[in-house]
Amino acid sequence: MVDEKLNRLNRILKDYSDAPGPLVQVLHRAQEVYGYLPADVQLRIADRLEIPRSTVHGVVSFYSFFRTEPRGEHMISICTGTACHVKGAERIVDMIQEALGILPGETSEDGRFTLQDVRCIGACGLAPVMMIDEDVYGKLDRKKVEATLDLYRNA
Amino acid sequence: MPHRLDVLVCSGAACVSNHTADVRDALQSAIEAHGLSTEVRLVETGCMGPCELGPILLVYPEGALYIRVTPDDANEIVEEHFLKGRPVQRLLWEDPAARRIAEEKKQVAFFERQEKVVLSNCGTIDPEDLQEYIATGGYEALGLALTERQPEELIQIVLDSKLRGRGGAGFPTGLKWQLAARAEGDEKYIVCNGDEGDPGAFMDRALLEGDPHAVIEGMTIAAYAIGAAKGFIYVRAEYPLAIRRLEIAIDQARASGLLGEDILETGFAFDVEIRIGAGAFVCGEETALIASIEGQRGMPRTRPPYPSDRGVFGQPTLINNVETWGNIRHIVLRGADWFRSIGTESSPGTKVFALSGKITNTGIVEVPMGTTLRELIDEIGGGIPDGKALKAVQTGGPSGGCIPAQHIDTPIDYESLKELGAFMGSGGVIVLDEDDCMVGIAKYFLEFSCDESCGKCVPCRVGTRTMLSILERITDGRGTLGDLEQLQMLADTIRSTSLCGLGQAAPSPVLSTMKHFREEYEEHVQTATCSAKRCKALIRYEIDRAACKACDLCRKACPVEAIEGTPGEPPYTIHESVCIQCGRCFDVCPFDAVRIESGKKKQNEVEG
Ligand SMILES: Cc1cc2nc3c(=O)[nH]c(=O)nc-3n(C[C@H](O)[C@H](O)[C@H](O)COP(=O)(O)O)c2cc1C
Ligand code: SF4
Ligand code: FES
Repeated sequence: MVDEKLNRLNRILKDYSDAPGPLVQVLHRAQEVYGYLPADVQLRIADRLEIPRSTVHGVVSFYSFFRTEPRGEHMISICTGTACHVKGAERIVDMIQEALGILPGETSEDGRFTLQDVRCIGACGLAPVMMIDEDVYGKLDRKKVEATLDLYRNA
Repeated sequence: MPHRLDVLVCSGAACVSNHTADVRDALQSAIEAHGLSTEVRLVETGCMGPCELGPILLVYPEGALYIRVTPDDANEIVEEHFLKGRPVQRLLWEDPAARRIAEEKKQVAFFERQEKVVLSNCGTIDPEDLQEYIATGGYEALGLALTERQPEELIQIVLDSKLRGRGGAGFPTGLKWQLAARAEGDEKYIVCNGDEGDPGAFMDRALLEGDPHAVIEGMTIAAYAIGAAKGFIYVRAEYPLAIRRLEIAIDQARASGLLGEDILETGFAFDVEIRIGAGAFVCGEETALIASIEGQRGMPRTRPPYPSDRGVFGQPTLINNVETWGNIRHIVLRGADWFRSIGTESSPGTKVFALSGKITNTGIVEVPMGTTLRELIDEIGGGIPDGKALKAVQTGGPSGGCIPAQHIDTPIDYESLKELGAFMGSGGVIVLDEDDCMVGIAKYFLEFSCDESCGKCVPCRVGTRTMLSILERITDGRGTLGDLEQLQMLADTIRSTSLCGLGQAAPSPVLSTMKHFREEYEEHVQTATCSAKRCKALIRYEIDRAACKACDLCRKACPVEAIEGTPGEPPYTIHESVCIQCGRCFDVCPFDAVRIESGKKKQNEVEG
């Protein structure tokens, strides 16, 4: 398993070895492979792209999309963008926090869910919305939130 | 053999999340089951606009528009409409303005009042099929440009069109092209800004997902005009569907000789690459975006030098917004005069807006510049739902401002909005009604800017935080009139001393609400009340004794045991000192007996 991931990482690094300014794109691809960007992966990327390790770390910490902690099986992203805000996103955040017992940025103890709040996922017409992995759920209210969470809990 | 019926299935992001794929599959099977496969063609298109009503189907030739279609409806539609020619009335859009069922798409005010130029293909063609794009005149402009126009002529056309950048600031596009063409460098780059970071903006998404070739074509024409061989499309990571459709479009264009070494056999070479953002709002700013393309932290730098002189990898770079790129092919094909005949003198052309918030028809619309807010909100948007009153319209996101309801007849163009202390921005229009607290809205945006400040300069990093803490004090009911003056002072400093547009514009939402809604600020500081009943610290939850049926639901729902009562023995009561204003009781009460009252919790009272 681990080796398979390492192979994929090496292939990515090879693909980008001649590309100009590849760091952000390589980090994206690496995060797809590992689910997050652990320190040893960052080190390998730095060494292979011949970029100072501190630069890699600086880039990883600058962008909110990059994670340095493993994430749960499902990523729940609650939109707190303006359209969702005026349609009560705050309440949705409260509901989900309470239902899962975790705060944004945290992962549930059983490793099933990671919660994060995001700024607008471009589905404002359906506000308030959340995204679970790549699926968008719109026009949320308490009932819909509960039904949706159940869908994933019982899966 | 041509098909008897074309059925367009909206596959924009909102409809996808409303499970449009299930509807498509159900239709497909029903069509096959009725032996209509050769007569009816299903086409998946980009966003048609009225996102709130999805999934949406549009059936041609008659133009019948079905809304909120479920897989269960598929059989009926196929049997009644496709087979017997009787559109299913209950699924057609009942136009709220006309109070009638629209048999045809063009009878609906939402569509009738729009003028689709940039979005002409969105919702009408399959974005994953290059042939459909070509069938509607796609890549004709590129052919014309490469074979019959000199680079200088193209720049002149764009200059003459007076097209202004759609990414926010409205800088004349032709001028930018001219600067980039004249700049000296070993290599030049074309960049498409698809970061679309303003919360409440989803126009660029609609175009990238619905008509990706239009953006590529615009960029390729510019590449020829300024002498660039390489382009980047920077898309935010939150738009996976847009990224996927762009990848498909780029591959198809390469395979058909529309990108690559020898475009349309003219010897001209240009290629584009997608760069995916990583969740930093400031990366929408052009110099930060360039740093991000180069693989660095997306921090803005001082301008000049402008990107047209020193951009990607230090080379001259022409950067335009997605929608700006979408205009180019139309201008090249139809000419500058045609373009200037739409819109207003100083802001020609159309503008795409994303309507959201307290508005009936949320979604994507395109109208000529100079259209009034009233037309946009009442006629196209269908007005404010639930009989509420319009309070304000927010445009320009965290860099913008709030336009109060009394200015609803303002024509939308760059100058008029600026005069009102607002900002065109990229096109997000968020409608606010009487239930929204303007101080709270200002605080919300400031919080956003504060979070997204890259931290490079002090006024932005520290100043916005200080402003935010003052606003927090005010929404907690602990503010003073002096706070208002201090906000004004801080705002002026941040505005004039921040390095990039993020910091410079961060105070705008506060300034515009203080200008137009000063009484709301005064109410918060002088009487510690929030009449919109939005500020948590300034409201109380109460149970209406007469309406309470003692069903016990609220008591069970309360997470802090603030509610007391015995089942079957009304009324229940809420202990204010325990209540945390979470609103669960309000949500669960089946009898609307829980009321939100304006007024501070007693034990919170602080003098001053
Ligand atoms: C904080 C900040 C965020 C911005 N975000 C965007 C954006 O998301 N999309 C965009 O096209 N322009 C954005 N801009 C404007 C760009 O800097 C730039 O002006 C624009 O891409 C130029 O294209 P245009 O002339 O076609 O509008 C932003 C500017 C600032 C200061
Ligand atoms: S104004 Fe703010 S976002 Fe812009 S460079 Fe300064 S700190 Fe960064
Ligand atoms: S504000 Fe929530 S999707 Fe845009």
